[in-house]
Amino acid sequence: MPIQYYIYLCLTLFSIGIIGVLTRRNAIIVFMCVELMLNAVNLLLVAFSKMHHATAAVGNTATTTGIEGQLFVFFIMVVAAAEVSVGLAIIVMMYRNTHSVDINFLNRLKN
Amino acid sequence: MSKLVYLVPLFPLLGFLINGLGRKSMSKSLIGIVGSGSILASFVVSLLIFFDVKATGGSVVTLFNFIKVDSFTIPFAFQVDQLSSLFLLIITGIGFLIHLYSSAYMHEEEPQHFGRYFAYLNLFVFSMLLLVLGANYVIMFIGWEGVGLCSYLLIGFWFKNDNYNYAAKKAFVMNRIGDLGFLLALFWLLLKLGTASYGDVFANVSKLSSFDITAITMLLFVGAMGKSAQIPLYTWLPDAMAGPTPVSALIHAATMVTAGIYMIARSNILYTMAPATQTLVAVIGLATAIFAATIALKQNDIKKVLAYSTVSQLGYMFLGLGVGAYTGAVFHVMTHAFFKALLFLAAGSVIHAMHHEQDIRKMGGLKKYLPITHITFLLGCLAIAGIPPFSGFFSKDEILTAAFAQNPLYYFIGVAGALMTAFYMFRLYTLTFLGQFRGTHEQEHHLHESPWQMTFPLIVLAILSVVGGWVGIPEVFAEHAHSLEHFLAPIFAESAKLAEQHHLSASQEYLMMGASTAAIVVVILLAINSYKKYQASDEAAASGLGKVLENKWYIDELYDAVVVNPLHSIAGFFKNIIEKSGIDGLVNGVGKLVGYGSRQLRLVQSGQVGNYILIMVLCMVVFFLIWFNDATIVRFISKLF
Amino acid sequence: MIPVSLILIPLITGLAAFFLKGENAAKNWALLSSAITLAVAVAGIFFLPAHDLSYDAAWLPQLGSRFSLMTDGMGKMLVLLTTIAFPVIIIATARNQYKNPGSFYALLLLSQTGLLGVFLAADALVFYFFWELALVPVYFLCSIWGGEKRIAATFKFFVYTFLGSLLMLAGILYLYFQSADHSFALQSFYHIKLSAGQEALIFWLFFIAFAIKMPVFPFHTWQPDAYEQSPTAVTMILSGVMVKMGIFALLRWLLPVFPHASAQYAHLIIILSVIGMLYASLIAIRQDDIKRLIAYSSIAHIGLMSAAVFAHQQTGLEGVMIQMFNHGINVIGLWIVADVIEQQLGTRKFSDLGGLAQKAPAMAILLVVMAFANIALPLTNAFVGEFLMFNGLFRYNIWIAAVACISIILAAVYTLNMVQKVLYGSTTGVTANAREIGGNVQWMLAILVIIIIALGVYPQPMIDLTKDTVQAILANR
Repeated sequence: MPIQYYIYLCLTLFSIGIIGVLTRRNAIIVFMCVELMLNAVNLLLVAFSKMHHATAAVGNTATTTGIEGQLFVFFIMVVAAAEVSVGLAIIVMMYRNTHSVDINFLNRLKN
Repeated sequence: MSKLVYLVPLFPLLGFLINGLGRKSMSKSLIGIVGSGSILASFVVSLLIFFDVKATGGSVVTLFNFIKVDSFTIPFAFQVDQLSSLFLLIITGIGFLIHLYSSAYMHEEEPQHFGRYFAYLNLFVFSMLLLVLGANYVIMFIGWEGVGLCSYLLIGFWFKNDNYNYAAKKAFVMNRIGDLGFLLALFWLLLKLGTASYGDVFANVSKLSSFDITAITMLLFVGAMGKSAQIPLYTWLPDAMAGPTPVSALIHAATMVTAGIYMIARSNILYTMAPATQTLVAVIGLATAIFAATIALKQNDIKKVLAYSTVSQLGYMFLGLGVGAYTGAVFHVMTHAFFKALLFLAAGSVIHAMHHEQDIRKMGGLKKYLPITHITFLLGCLAIAGIPPFSGFFSKDEILTAAFAQNPLYYFIGVAGALMTAFYMFRLYTLTFLGQFRGTHEQEHHLHESPWQMTFPLIVLAILSVVGGWVGIPEVFAEHAHSLEHFLAPIFAESAKLAEQHHLSASQEYLMMGASTAAIVVVILLAINSYKKYQASDEAAASGLGKVLENKWYIDELYDAVVVNPLHSIAGFFKNIIEKSGIDGLVNGVGKLVGYGSRQLRLVQSGQVGNYILIMVLCMVVFFLIWFNDATIVRFISKLF
Repeated sequence: MIPVSLILIPLITGLAAFFLKGENAAKNWALLSSAITLAVAVAGIFFLPAHDLSYDAAWLPQLGSRFSLMTDGMGKMLVLLTTIAFPVIIIATARNQYKNPGSFYALLLLSQTGLLGVFLAADALVFYFFWELALVPVYFLCSIWGGEKRIAATFKFFVYTFLGSLLMLAGILYLYFQSADHSFALQSFYHIKLSAGQEALIFWLFFIAFAIKMPVFPFHTWQPDAYEQSPTAVTMILSGVMVKMGIFALLRWLLPVFPHASAQYAHLIIILSVIGMLYASLIAIRQDDIKRLIAYSSIAHIGLMSAAVFAHQQTGLEGVMIQMFNHGINVIGLWIVADVIEQQLGTRKFSDLGGLAQKAPAMAILLVVMAFANIALPLTNAFVGEFLMFNGLFRYNIWIAAVACISIILAAVYTLNMVQKVLYGSTTGVTANAREIGGNVQWMLAILVIIIIALGVYPQPMIDLTKDTVQAILANR
């Protein structure tokens, strides 16, 4: 399967994520969009890793087994999991304080 | 003897210090003794110096170096010669008489003000002595400004009266305008010759271009205009009459105001080499002489009449200087010092007797109450009017004769002024001493002759006013009769060599003297006759020229409108508009701009997370577009498809 | 060691003064310290051998900066001015009450440290350090102990002068990199060769810093506000001593380092200064506040000094030298009188004053002498300075000198206005109960008056003292 398809898919997913983050006010949806962006990147990373290895194998220049890119993905997933737990905790606290998860309420830093 | 010349200014300085510092603890009589005694001591030394100079000639006595820099040295040195020793005598002699007079005249003052008065007066004499003794223009300038200071302090002596303070300030500021000219002339001399000492300057005059000489003499003359109250800087002198009357006699008649004449006589070589300036001096002098005389015709304040008369007489002296009659001018300084000091002191005696009434319309008939004052005043009037053989005749005649030789027009205008002088002086005399007493009964009751401290100076000055002219009897009467001219000859020798000599024939001179004397006598009789039966009620409100003259040609108003008020407005404009809104506004504006900018920039920080992310994304896009140039992006995209 | 002790004495005593409680303790401590400094300065300048007057030690060797101090004629004179001024100021304002007196006098002494350091420094970094050290305590003094509008006035003063300082710092760093041996030493700055363009640029960086400090028209607007709002003791330091830093810096750091640019822009700066003289004099005529009048009068006098500096004539520079000292003495005297009036009567407005000559004759006499020194009457100290400065200006250009001389007339107008409105006339409601000034203040004023007269009659020692500096400056072009 040509690499372009992966790129199209990731670009689409990432764009949906960005648009979601920019337009939605519900903190949970924003959060989900962030996750979507992360996963788009993850997908792209895996795809490029695979492609890179395949190209190197053809040219007989491969020096790795082709799992380094995928290894990074695991790191990102771990970090994302940690981030989710912290983020959700913040959202819960926010809901307790304001009875809302609208991020536009979170402009207190301004003052 | 000349070595001791420093004693002459030292005594008044000591008098100033003693009276100034001890004024609270000393009695009035002690203050008077210290004040007058110090001047008397100076007078004695001056006399010795005078005879010394007469016998052996002049010298320069250097005390120390006042300012010494690489480009010039200004020694603190005294010039002892014929001219300065003559002025020393006039200053200390008349100064002593006036100090003596003051000790009675100012007796009503409290002791500490009495002490202050004598301290100022001594300081004045000190400054005046520095002025005439200085051996270079800088020391002269020190004295020059010093007398201005004392004049300021003494005009405003009664400082509770704001009008007097304004008069004092006006005198100082107008003098300063003149001083500016003096200072620039001084710089010019230092620049071109590197010295300000008389000896060096006069010896090196030939090194100066004629433009330099003209500029220097003109600027010096500006200084003389201020100090000696010539058009256009004369208006301070009549106002200066706010000071005590002995001050008017000493400072504003006999000594300080003649400083300008002294300065030009001192620099006579420069002036002789600058014919353009000389013409200017003559014209300004003549114009002042006649202009002030017209004003004096219509004044009713006894001191104001004398003040304008002083301005007018100073004008004659400048006319003399302008036509090259330096001896005549100095001669007139001397005789004028005698008779004008006399007139002021006599006027002071009148004012004293009249309890500070100065309006001559409210006087009259004082002849029988104040016999000594009356006689001396009359002698003074005859002297100033120019009746032979009183002193004023000889000096004025000398100036006018020289003016005739230069330009007959000068002569005729000068004589017209002399006739006016005779008229207003005898108007003053008649209104004051003849006719009926027009004051209040209370004043009449208190009329009395003044004490001896006041009448003694009057008598001495009256004698001098009569005989003072005999040192300068014209040469037509007898060979070598003009002893003053022979005495001063060394000072003016260089100028005499340069100037072309005009000689009138003896018959011409006799004719001129006879005609002018006859005219003056007629005018005097006219004046006495028209004011003898004067009643205050006679006088209709003045109109036309009379009103203009009464208001002194509206010159004060003119100066206010042309100089003072515009300056005041400009200053206000600078203060309120340019400074506040302009410069400070600009500075504060920069500050405000920064503040405004930050406030606007702060709005970007909205606190909306969405906005931040949007900005972040947009910035990333922009960043990518900048980082990868067009070709890279195109290649990348084309690879995708 | 003299220069180091001159800096260390006020520094150490100043830091110690922070811990002093009580009005008298702090005051006496400060007085003692300034008296010792004065004694050291007098001893060092007049009695000890000349080699004691310089000092050199490693300071920041990595940067090529050495803690080097030197004293030439100009430095000696300004050190004298500073060390004379401080005891006089402390005594003359001693009756003023300050909250937290320990800190007040501590900051006062620290600013003295800065001033002395500036006048002694022979290394640009040391110079800059002390330049700021003089400024910062004054900022706190004004903003804590000042008048009602102190915050705004002090903020403007600080930002304005600090802006100048930063420009100067940029200039110093640039010169540092240009210097042959990468050093901040004055001597190596003197030998830097710059292209015309560079020189002009760095010249302006320095000039603006100094022009703000002096201040020269049109950079002067911080000054009247700051003078008006500061406690008078601080105003005296500011106008008596601190503005001399600007003139001093022109002579020490600007003219010799940028000879060509100073010659090139001299005409412009002189014209600016002369405009400033006349402008400030005119504004002074219309002032109704004694402090602001003195402030504008001071601007006019500084304008003349700045013009005479750039005229670059021997006589003019001599005049500037002695006038720096004389102006300091005269203006401190005027401030003392202004302070006495303000403290005693609670007003500085001429419209409220009048007739003080009847109530306080001694003060009247002293004020009149100082007023006439302010208008440079002969036989007062200022005459000699102004005479020489105008002479220098005249040698530079006759017309500019003639215009500048108009200011001596205007000076007479505004100064006599002040004298008349404060001393003469009849008493007003405010001045009816005025008293004579106290003994200590009277003595301080009398000392100043004696200095005024003595240097007016015999100025030659002052001229001789500073002769070497003038010759060095002239030789450097």
